[in-house]
Amino acid sequence: MNTYELTLLVWLGSLLAGFLGALTGLGGGIVITPLLTLVFGVDIRYAIGAALVSVIATSSGAAAAYVKEGFTNIRIGMFLEIATTVGAVAGAALATRLPASSLAIIFGIVLLYSAYASSRSPAQHGPADRADRMASLLKLGSTYPTAQGTQPYDVHGVPAGFSLMFVAGVLSGLLGIGSGAVKVIAMDQAMHIPFKVSTTTSNFMIGVTAAASAGVYLQRGYIDPGLAMPVMLGVLMGSLLGARILPHVRTPRLRLVFAVVVAVLAVEMIYHGVTGRF
Amino acid sequence: MERTAWTDRRIELIVGNLLRAGVLVAAAVVVFGGVIFLARHGREAPHYHVFLGEPEALRTAPGILREAASLRGREIIQLGLLLLIATPILRVAFSMVGFALERDRLYVGITLIVLAVLLFGLAGGHV
Repeated sequence: MNTYELTLLVWLGSLLAGFLGALTGLGGGIVITPLLTLVFGVDIRYAIGAALVSVIATSSGAAAAYVKEGFTNIRIGMFLEIATTVGAVAGAALATRLPASSLAIIFGIVLLYSAYASSRSPAQHGPADRADRMASLLKLGSTYPTAQGTQPYDVHGVPAGFSLMFVAGVLSGLLGIGSGAVKVIAMDQAMHIPFKVSTTTSNFMIGVTAAASAGVYLQRGYIDPGLAMPVMLGVLMGSLLGARILPHVRTPRLRLVFAVVVAVLAVEMIYHGVTGRF
Repeated sequence: MERTAWTDRRIELIVGNLLRAGVLVAAAVVVFGGVIFLARHGREAPHYHVFLGEPEALRTAPGILREAASLRGREIIQLGLLLLIATPILRVAFSMVGFALERDRLYVGITLIVLAVLLFGLAGGHV
């Protein structure tokens, strides 16, 4: 296979990954690394470099659409980004010191968890929830649009959410993923932020977190232009396409199928990591 | 409070549109470089299965900016990727302007911390 053919195939695979990632809410970046390493035999370091670049493209490309909906809480996002960016730089530095096989195993475990998390329904928060002191001090509460009009909400569990965000940042930097699943859990479960606000604010944070580790990857030579080109263009086009048809399709079955695919890829990654094929 | 929320949203909307434009410009640069790269190297065998790391000039922002002028495919793609990495950083910078306009000193400080970490990462994250 020459470079021309490989570029075309990687582009097609990334297009499909971005499309399904947008439709299922799992994000396209998460299947890029297994796809590149398991199917195309790419070194995992080049793979996570290319995947991370595509994560930034999807996050920034979708920003305008999310802001229009009026859910994004920029104060929550910015405050928590202190944790995710510091975590991301630390994770990226750690990635350059770990052997490829352990990266593959950690990647597989995180993939398995993401597949599981995506099949769960969002938590329900009672209206009686009161904000804690730290959240009030940081002015994290806000309002968001619902079918019943604009609703105010308060924020809780700031230390727990902040710590989880640090973990999300480390994973993002370590594995070149957006860590959207962990971010949503931190906001939705730990901080009791409404689900829609959590998912859109998470999208805002994903791009910033990824940019923090992208600099480190670039410096260490993980971002190969020839490989990142088809991945970035494919995921970007696929996710924009997916977001466009999302309102017109029913996704529960698709989510399940995608979750199964992700789980299979996860097991493969762990198997290859344990048997030392990376 | 109402005014604050409104200003937040308006700034975010402008920034959101700027970001989308930034991504499209970055993608166009990557396509341009990709066409040159494939025209020159498309028939060669790919080497991605072994990690060699990128040459020094493709690893740093000043290096990429210098090399892109040479109009070689890989260098131009890398410039596009650098533009892409810059979009979320610009978003944070714009948010800081927004918080400053609202005279929210707490969040100007928080945003400054995030911006500092981002620039530290872009400089390579060497401790």
